Amino acid sequence: MIVAERKPLQQIEAMIEGFEKILIVGCGTCVAVSMAGGEKEVEELAAQLRIKAKLQGKPRTVDEITVTRQCDKEYLEPLAKYLDEYDAVISTACGAGVQFLAERYEGRIVLPALNTLFIGVTEGPGVWSQRCIACADCMLDQTGGICPMTICAKNLSNGPCGGTNAGKCEVDGEKDCAWTLIYRRMEKLGRLEYLKKIQPPRDYSLTTKPGRHTHEAFRQSQQEEE
Amino acid sequence: MVAGFKQAFAQKKFVVTAEVGPPKGTEISELLSHIDLLKDRVDGLNVTDNQSSVMRISSLAVCRLILDHGGEPILQLTCRDRNRLALQSELLSAWVLGVKNVLCLTGDYITVGDHPQAKPVFDLDSVQLLQTVGLLNEGKDLAANEMQGGTGFFAGAVVTPEADPLEPQMLKFEKKIVAGARFIQTQAIYDVDNFKRFMEQARRYDVKIMAGIVLLVTPGMARYMNKNVPGIFVPEALIEEMAAAEKGQKIEAGIRIAGRMIRQLREEKICDGVHIMAIGKEDRVPDILKAAE
Repeated sequence: MIVAERKPLQQIEAMIEGFEKILIVGCGTCVAVSMAGGEKEVEELAAQLRIKAKLQGKPRTVDEITVTRQCDKEYLEPLAKYLDEYDAVISTACGAGVQFLAERYEGRIVLPALNTLFIGVTEGPGVWSQRCIACADCMLDQTGGICPMTICAKNLSNGPCGGTNAGKCEVDGEKDCAWTLIYRRMEKLGRLEYLKKIQPPRDYSLTTKPGRHTHEAFRQSQQEEE
Repeated sequence: MVAGFKQAFAQKKFVVTAEVGPPKGTEISELLSHIDLLKDRVDGLNVTDNQSSVMRISSLAVCRLILDHGGEPILQLTCRDRNRLALQSELLSAWVLGVKNVLCLTGDYITVGDHPQAKPVFDLDSVQLLQTVGLLNEGKDLAANEMQGGTGFFAGAVVTPEADPLEPQMLKFEKKIVAGARFIQTQAIYDVDNFKRFMEQARRYDVKIMAGIVLLVTPGMARYMNKNVPGIFVPEALIEEMAAAEKGQKIEAGIRIAGRMIRQLREEKICDGVHIMAIGKEDRVPDILKAAE
């Protein structure tokens, strides 16, 4: 899932400077799980913005609504009937959701309340960690299910650098060295021989931005129609 | 002028190189004095590439200055600051300027340096960079294009004999040799017995090994490296030897230790040479060499 964190209140305050009627649109999928932009977090942000306005004697109304996902059109449609009443919309979705909302309601001012961090997993309560950089050429079969493109700060695909320190990373001593993990995992799996293959340079043309993907079955049916 | 770095190995000599760090800024008088002081005393001057991720004059420019002053330069090239176009371009440029030796490294991470907010590149890794050098040597580039004129580099790489754990490090060491490394320079070593054990493994490969010798300046520096520099282990006995030296004489103890280690490595034929890193004290390299006689 996409992991995000909320921007500091001060930054959000600065974005809505001069607006009186605010709608906060939450997103009920990934960012709800990472406790950054779901219904609860929307409620909290709304309360903070209301209190702040009250303390500063500013006129401000803040309303809330949370949709299932902001990255799918069908969930954005029902918002059409509300948006006219507001000066600005704050989205607590990831960057993709914010953009999709802004695209659907082009005439509206849509502002981001979150910083999108990474594609990751839930390590434990309140802790998430990155597991994938969406490189478009997965090599996990060759590295024991541990991604060197993500877990290694230098995205090294042929083994560790000289900075491995007792199995930790030179960049951040709190983090594990990807290649120590990979080596140990492959050792356990009895597949160390696979690590001897020299990996060729990565193909970065695969991640030329912006990415766009059409499912093969859909592409075929489109062609048949034509 | 020395015979050349590659030739020195061919003559089965115990090869000695020294590291030169390009300065930050355009004041190069001290750098030039170090070059003049060292160029005839060592088999090669190894020039760092934005060492420790700190922005400086390029390795290539200093290599050319070394050539102009009659020395033998070894270009260090890291994967941190250049993508594959820039790396190959730098290699071609180095060759036409007369540089014949290249040391391929991954490079420290950006955030340890003085521009921590810069974008790290790491388009290639050190193994792929070595393969790239091999292709350029064959007159082809990494995209398999034929070039008008190739290079003839003598390529090398690095290894950390005290890496923890050692096995993944050795896995990459082997790949580097397969990828074309002809010489290997090690991270600083201080424990010769540990190094001998590493050499037992390394000797199975057809590659020249140069032990890294970093001059100890104070006992504090040794303790600092033990605590903070991955892959460096200074035994307590050496730290005590440094501590026992009189105030103002600490560096002399460091020179004595470095000289003694080089002599042992040479006399016992433990490895093929040494690479001396006298970080900031390049003017003392002749004293280290004297102590090693």
